[in-house]
Amino acid sequence: MPELIFQLAIILTKIVTLTFIVVLPLVPLSVYFERRFSAIIQDRVGPNRVGIPLSLLGFKKDFHMFGLVQPMADGLKLFLKEDFTPAHVRKAFYWLAPALTVVPALITVCVVPFGSPISIFGHAEKLVIADIDAGPLFVFAVSSLTVYGITLAGWSSNSKFPFIGGVRSTAQMISYEISLGLSIIPVLLYFGDLNLSKIVQHQADNGWLLLPFWKDGKIGLPDLQTAMFWIPAFIAFLIFTVSIFAETNRMPFDLPECETELVGGYHTEYSSMKFALFFMGEYAAMVIGSALIITLFLGGWSVGFGLDQYISQLHIGSFHFGGLIHMGCFLTKLLAFILFFILVRWTVPRFRYDQLMKLGWVIFFEAALINVFLAALIIAAPSLSTPIIAAGAILLAVVTGAIIWVAKVSEDQPKPLRA
Amino acid sequence: MAVVKLQRPQLKLGEKIYFGALVKGFILTLGHAIRSLRGKSVGAKDLESSGLGVTMQFPEQRWDSHLPDYYRGAPALVTDEQGRERCVSCQLCEFICPPKAIRITPGEIPSDDPWAKVEKRPKEFEIDMIRCIYCGMCEEVCPEQAIYLRKDYLITGLKRADMLHDKKKLYEIGGVRTGLVNKWNELK
Repeated sequence: MPELIFQLAIILTKIVTLTFIVVLPLVPLSVYFERRFSAIIQDRVGPNRVGIPLSLLGFKKDFHMFGLVQPMADGLKLFLKEDFTPAHVRKAFYWLAPALTVVPALITVCVVPFGSPISIFGHAEKLVIADIDAGPLFVFAVSSLTVYGITLAGWSSNSKFPFIGGVRSTAQMISYEISLGLSIIPVLLYFGDLNLSKIVQHQADNGWLLLPFWKDGKIGLPDLQTAMFWIPAFIAFLIFTVSIFAETNRMPFDLPECETELVGGYHTEYSSMKFALFFMGEYAAMVIGSALIITLFLGGWSVGFGLDQYISQLHIGSFHFGGLIHMGCFLTKLLAFILFFILVRWTVPRFRYDQLMKLGWVIFFEAALINVFLAALIIAAPSLSTPIIAAGAILLAVVTGAIIWVAKVSEDQPKPLRA
Repeated sequence: MAVVKLQRPQLKLGEKIYFGALVKGFILTLGHAIRSLRGKSVGAKDLESSGLGVTMQFPEQRWDSHLPDYYRGAPALVTDEQGRERCVSCQLCEFICPPKAIRITPGEIPSDDPWAKVEKRPKEFEIDMIRCIYCGMCEEVCPEQAIYLRKDYLITGLKRADMLHDKKKLYEIGGVRTGLVNKWNELK
């Protein structure tokens, strides 16, 4: 019985620390970065004033902290605003929708490995809430529930712009989930495992999927098979990243809420904290999406360059604190990826809806499918004889050519106008 | 009207793939970000930037020394070299003021005053700075060169009464202005 209580206490501690102390603050932090980095891209300054108002307590100067308190001020403002429910909405669903967008994003946190195990007094503890053997599948299963939140918001608002936003979002998310799921099959084939902790451990030992330049702590060039696998891995990375952008409704694909066409999109009728929940859900999805990309392709918590073994063995007495350094590395990578998200937002203009659908169904879906077979061929190559590999490669090339031809033919060309 | 038929340009393969343009865009935005972090954005020097982007951080840094001579700030009354208040309360500015911000109460100059022949001076002269639109019509219409738009632009107050500039405040802002036509001067 004491053993059980101990286990429960550890799980609770992990949930509270990792969800509420590590991931949740990342949401306001990414809002801050969004505002500051956008400003810097546009040659502006951004919010740099809000800090600790020491002058209220009689001191001479305020402590501005580069405006880091700004998101808190924004949150406080949203709390204090009137929570207005229009008379024409369907109340139950209207209230349910914001929660349905935040909760799935936060649930998926539980399979993300934040660092290597920490051990105290010989008791090792993994820095992941639920170390289940179906990591990516769990993430897809839960995060695709987000679409219900947005759809319900659009429908229950009982007003045309939110409705169009909700419909758009549904179509977009369902389309991109296909390429999202197909694109990571090569990765899973390569690792032969669905446990995210083991995937990251494998990358720490054998080089990151996109940077395979060390093995067992020694820096060097990868062998032929790993080097060949870099090609499907990179294609998978591209498709996965772009699909994550579409899944989180981020900028080139933010059609569900594009201001120029739909007022505010699916959250037009929302105000106060309910609106803030949508906002939070979007940013939480962004954080989780980048966490997943980093975990699968960029080595998760691994520092890389063969240093991970050394870091894991660092200890003061019986306290092995290497896991905390790895966690810092993971969060650094996460912030870098969020900055990349923001950079994309200010670089790529919004797609038209038909372009979005074409990109999802005609290009990414096919590319991901071919990529699966390419990866399978490369992985199976060592156990196959040369003629079979050649036949497989030729077959793949023919199929690829056929698909490209079909895509080209099916595209209706605008007829050239007579001069 | 003639209809001009345009052909869309044929995209090359590189342009269709879209990645080249994407990379170009990333370089452009990142270039802006890096330049603005180093304080070397285009125009940062001309605009006296604070070192981040082209922005000047307002309360600490001011644009005051760059204000042009024709800058239209708060209107104010002036006195001349002899210390005479130039306004003769003809009320033309009150009449012309588009938002009706000016209110003048005319008064008589007593006969024992050295400037008795001017006959009138304002007893009270109020400009409601909440109403004022800084158009400069009062300055243009004044036949006595008595009212000028100064470079003061930070007109703030905690209540409406603070925003009402009375005669004392207006002369305080305006101060003494030299080199004006002295048509009431004996010597000329």
